[in-house]
Amino acid sequence: MAAVGGGGLPAYALRRLLLAVPVLFGVSVLVFAVLHLAPGDPAAIMLGAQATKEDVQRLHRDLGLDEPLVVQYVTWIGQVARGDLGRSIPLGRAVLPEVLLRFKATLLLTAGALAIAVVLGLVAGIVSAVKQYSWLDRLSMGVAVTGVSLPVFWTGIMLIIVFALQLRWFPSSGMSSPYDSGVTDVLWHLVLPAVTLGTASAAALARLTRSSVLEIIRQDYVRSARAKGLAERAVIARHVLKNAINPIITVLGVQIGFLLGGAILTETVFSWPGLGSMMVRAIQARDYPLVQGGVLLIATTFVVVNLAVDLLYAIFDPRIRYD
Amino acid sequence: MTDVVRIFRRSSAALFGLGLVAVMAVLAVLAPWLAPRDPDAIDTARRLAPIFTAGHPLGTDEFGRDLLSRLLFGARISLVVGLTATALAALAGSFCGLLAGFVGRWVDQLIMRAIDTLMAFPYFLLAVAIIAALGPGLVNGMVAVAVVNIPFYGRIVRATVLAVKQTEYVESARALGVSELRLALTHVLRNCLAPVIVAVTLNIGGMITALAGLSFLGLGVQPPTSDWGSMLAASRQYLNVAPHVAALPGIAIFLTVLGFNLLGDGLRDALDPRLR
Repeated sequence: MAAVGGGGLPAYALRRLLLAVPVLFGVSVLVFAVLHLAPGDPAAIMLGAQATKEDVQRLHRDLGLDEPLVVQYVTWIGQVARGDLGRSIPLGRAVLPEVLLRFKATLLLTAGALAIAVVLGLVAGIVSAVKQYSWLDRLSMGVAVTGVSLPVFWTGIMLIIVFALQLRWFPSSGMSSPYDSGVTDVLWHLVLPAVTLGTASAAALARLTRSSVLEIIRQDYVRSARAKGLAERAVIARHVLKNAINPIITVLGVQIGFLLGGAILTETVFSWPGLGSMMVRAIQARDYPLVQGGVLLIATTFVVVNLAVDLLYAIFDPRIRYD
Repeated sequence: MTDVVRIFRRSSAALFGLGLVAVMAVLAVLAPWLAPRDPDAIDTARRLAPIFTAGHPLGTDEFGRDLLSRLLFGARISLVVGLTATALAALAGSFCGLLAGFVGRWVDQLIMRAIDTLMAFPYFLLAVAIIAALGPGLVNGMVAVAVVNIPFYGRIVRATVLAVKQTEYVESARALGVSELRLALTHVLRNCLAPVIVAVTLNIGGMITALAGLSFLGLGVQPPTSDWGSMLAASRQYLNVAPHVAALPGIAIFLTVLGFNLLGDGLRDALDPRLR
């Protein structure tokens, strides 16, 4: 790899890691603000209308709401660094184990959706570009523009009506059957939610892959490869895809964010026991610590994913300057 | 300008998109005259009536309310809320982008780091987090979705400003003594118009979907207001007996979003051929 700039890839990785620090700081400030932007007294809101004045004052003290904002932030971030995300009042339990348990289900759903999006999106995009202006191209791009316009929560409901209620091929909700939580059973439950969430991403990926591949196909070196008698498949695999992959990787990072956010809707439609559906209930119950824990975990994951995408980008494209 | 119209008119998909958007807009404006009934009028004797029921062409919901009327009034909410949120995001984002690109130095650094932070959140999650702070509701939903989209416009406008700042005519105007403020508001802002128009058209569909999503979760528009997202949420209880109650609001969202997406693609191709 022809690294340009001083230090090569490890130094670039370190610099990129350091750049993530202010972003994580910003994320933490915004998550902290969730509690403090609430109009009125957060302690009174959390405890509801039936709470006594003493209860509200006690929670005020427990949450440290009497302290200046900076002191509250420093205390909170210190607790977060020690793995203490506070306690959920309605659940009466610590937030961290609760969000970690739910996060596993969200990761599984996101991974399933990503796999579907990548396979469908890349294949449709490559075929469209290679067979530009053919009926196959028109069909897959037509399906793609339809896919990006479909609201995930409606796609999910329609899939439930057809494949769960009418055909009875898949379950309509949950992550496992009451008396069976084996891998096959979980995968069986995963199909509809993952297809729902993955469809919109597949459509976006297909459109980008097509334009990215088309741009490379028009390059002189691809024409030269064809002129020297290389088989079309080899030209596409060795010359086109290798060079078209970088913009696709970048969009993949964005799509993972879309999937993590879209998981909130998909989990609600399918009663999938993930972080998203938990957060919606937490918002309705005004359970701020649980909301903060969930948002912090997902946002941190997204920052790490973007960091990984940037590093992959640098690995795949030797032209990237490391300085 | 004639070139733009010519390229746009050549695309049948773009014209179809424009047609869809125009039809939705007309239906929304004429909703009070087109709706056969009061969208909130309850008729418990006719709960979950199927499509083509006498007096209810698209059937009724779980309270016996006329679905066609609710869909027509829902179009008003979706379009007004979607367009307002997009306008808010475009104005705030463009202002930030203009300030960052034109002033530069620490102002640029500050705005761009704030934008980086907003972009560190998955799009829909940030909207949900803002709702968590402000509380559910139509206005808060609109603010949440608008804030989430500020970085999109901020980055587009900043990039355009940085490119325009280097051009010779801006340098000449500066040399002639034109004030920085006037430079920003005339030459620079005018050049940002085309990319912002394209971005707005491409963005409205996503805004409408996001706002319908918030209402679906019970965090946006609240019942009994006729809104496509909350209509979908309520329909989930009756999927077995009345699937049309779920299908119709989704089709309405899909057609509106498809219209804006096709229109946006067409405008992008016409206004900025480099982006094709």
